[in-house]
Amino acid sequence: MSEMTQVSTPPAYGQAVDAAVAPAPMQDPRRSRSLWAGVVLTALGIVTVAIGVAGLRGANGWLQLAVVVAGLALTHVGAGRLLRHRFGAGFDLTSWLSAIWLVLLVLAALLAPVLPLGEHEDIASTLSAPVFARPDLLSEYPLGTNNFGLDLLARVLYGARASLVVALGAVAMGLVIGAALGIVSGFFRKTTDAVIGIFTNSLLAVPPLILLIALATVLEPSLRNLAFALSLLALPSIVRMARASTLTFVQREFVLAARAMGASRLRIMTRELLPNVMLPLLSYAMVMISVLIVAEASLSFLGLGIQPPDPSWGNMIAEGEGNAFEEHPHIVLVPGVVLFLTVFSLNLLGEKARKRFDPRQAKL
Amino acid sequence: MSSSSAALQERSGAARETPVLVVDDLRTQIHTPHGDVQAVDGISFTLGRGETLGVVGESGSGKSVLGRTIMGLYTTGPTMTVTGRVLIAGKDVHALSASELRELWGGDVGMVFQDPMTALNPVKKVGVHLTESLRKRRGMNRPQAKARAAELLALVGIPEPRRRLDQYPHELSGGMRQRVVIAMALANEPALLIADEPTTALDVTVQRQILDLLARLQDELGMAIMLISHNLGVVAGRADRVAVMYAGRVVETADAAALFDAPHHPYTEALLEAIPRLHQPPHVRLAAIDGAPPNMVAPPVGCRFAPRCRYAQPDCTEAPPSLDPAMANGVVTPGHSFACYHPVNAGGQ
Repeated sequence: MSEMTQVSTPPAYGQAVDAAVAPAPMQDPRRSRSLWAGVVLTALGIVTVAIGVAGLRGANGWLQLAVVVAGLALTHVGAGRLLRHRFGAGFDLTSWLSAIWLVLLVLAALLAPVLPLGEHEDIASTLSAPVFARPDLLSEYPLGTNNFGLDLLARVLYGARASLVVALGAVAMGLVIGAALGIVSGFFRKTTDAVIGIFTNSLLAVPPLILLIALATVLEPSLRNLAFALSLLALPSIVRMARASTLTFVQREFVLAARAMGASRLRIMTRELLPNVMLPLLSYAMVMISVLIVAEASLSFLGLGIQPPDPSWGNMIAEGEGNAFEEHPHIVLVPGVVLFLTVFSLNLLGEKARKRFDPRQAKL
Repeated sequence: MSSSSAALQERSGAARETPVLVVDDLRTQIHTPHGDVQAVDGISFTLGRGETLGVVGESGSGKSVLGRTIMGLYTTGPTMTVTGRVLIAGKDVHALSASELRELWGGDVGMVFQDPMTALNPVKKVGVHLTESLRKRRGMNRPQAKARAAELLALVGIPEPRRRLDQYPHELSGGMRQRVVIAMALANEPALLIADEPTTALDVTVQRQILDLLARLQDELGMAIMLISHNLGVVAGRADRVAVMYAGRVVETADAAALFDAPHHPYTEALLEAIPRLHQPPHVRLAAIDGAPPNMVAPPVGCRFAPRCRYAQPDCTEAPPSLDPAMANGVVTPGHSFACYHPVNAGGQ
């Protein structure tokens, strides 16, 4: 009874709450209590973030960061409750946020040249800009500036272009070559299989970072060459996956049926096997992209990837070398957090996709 | 019981004009790590236009290997050795080049597989399964092939064929899928259809529909059918002639009526007894054949069925009996042969 009165009394929260409760007046009391907790937590979180961003503008940077992070965490918990209440218990806020983050990142990276961003690479034009400006969302430099006064937001977005192009290009190359090699070796077996097996195993035998460093020293550090070097990293596992699923599908009767209808071997491989093999590969590719983004960042961090004035998440983190990180932690934190969020989102969504398309878990 | 061993082939060959299928002393030897398995061991028969041959035997008797060897899907290679001759519409299957063989598969001979769940590619639409070979073999363009595919689906009794073309295999029931598989096999109007256990994966009412469908299509298209099954009940009433296989050999062959009426080989008799019947009183133990088929790496000397045969005598294990014509009252029964020293139901011998 007390819950009923509670639901109907406070006018301060307005129609939104009424609309959510109205269709089912005989609510389970526990559900409406969780709804209230959600509303309170969300409001509290938003207020905390606002305090962190605006109220503590001059204060200690670590304190400001801690307040903003705490506010975001509160908002996440609260909004999660609200949305579960609205869309049912299966609603997964984190996955949605991951997808939104990736979409925003890709859009921003694509549109970077037309967005009203600060200078990202021309040092000459930032002579008058503040150096090592602290991140302040309300200022001209939302994420701060680096030692040359270049805008970090702009650099992060231009860096995203490099990271995404290299990772996507590498995975695409790996998929095309890897699927072809895997299907061929699973279909023909025998000598073909042995030769391709030796090739993939020898790629696996070389430690990945050493392979990359070796390639980076030989090749010109351009986006295309970086993508090629990273695709070698992705190749062995893709070949193995493609080969393994080819082995299972080639024994299915539809392959024999296709032969009995006079299909050539090329036709069987491209029309019968490829579509079946591709499905699990694509969900794996999503996880692979995040691995390669990290690999590209590592190379650029070591100075073997994208070369400094051009921004990349890896070489931006490398700018924190020496005393810069201790005195101006945002130099490292900004690209680091962006890298973390991107990789986290890709892994989360990739894992979801894998669960859905994994042949071992497929419901037949 | 002293007659030529090729009697079966001569007699049935004489029955009709040019036979669609001639199988002559076909042997398929599969090389395994444990030794060579003689999966098909000297089989000969002919099949004329519009005829149906039922091939019956328990699991592992070599029925499916026989079917696939006749198709030419199994040829001499590192894993097996094939000897003997197979003529489909006059062409020697095992002498054809790879491309001629593909030509044959798309045209003169079609095959229906056991399990419609795996015989269709799960990521390809039903229409694509049918139109691919039509466009390739017949040079049809897309709309023509689509129209023909819809015709084929209508022919095999699928309602709303146009709509089915755009569906995926998992959207169809098992019976529907088997109809699609049959439609695929019929796409290029083959002279010979090899149906390898076409109803085993289906439930009984659907089994009947599929068998009726095959019979109707045979009437309409005049093709020869080789109906492979482990179930005598499936073959009964559908086949003109029946060949009973055991351990890679034909042990008895006859016109269907004669075989069911008076089987001469103890194995055939045992198979017939093993069919459960509705009028049996309840709670009666079902008849079964004791033991298991022999290990084909080292098959028994003499009659291969002897170890499981209730009529076996010492001479059964000495030398294999040959496939000889049956005699009734001193006269050869046309079309009926068996391989046994001590036949059952052999009145006049």
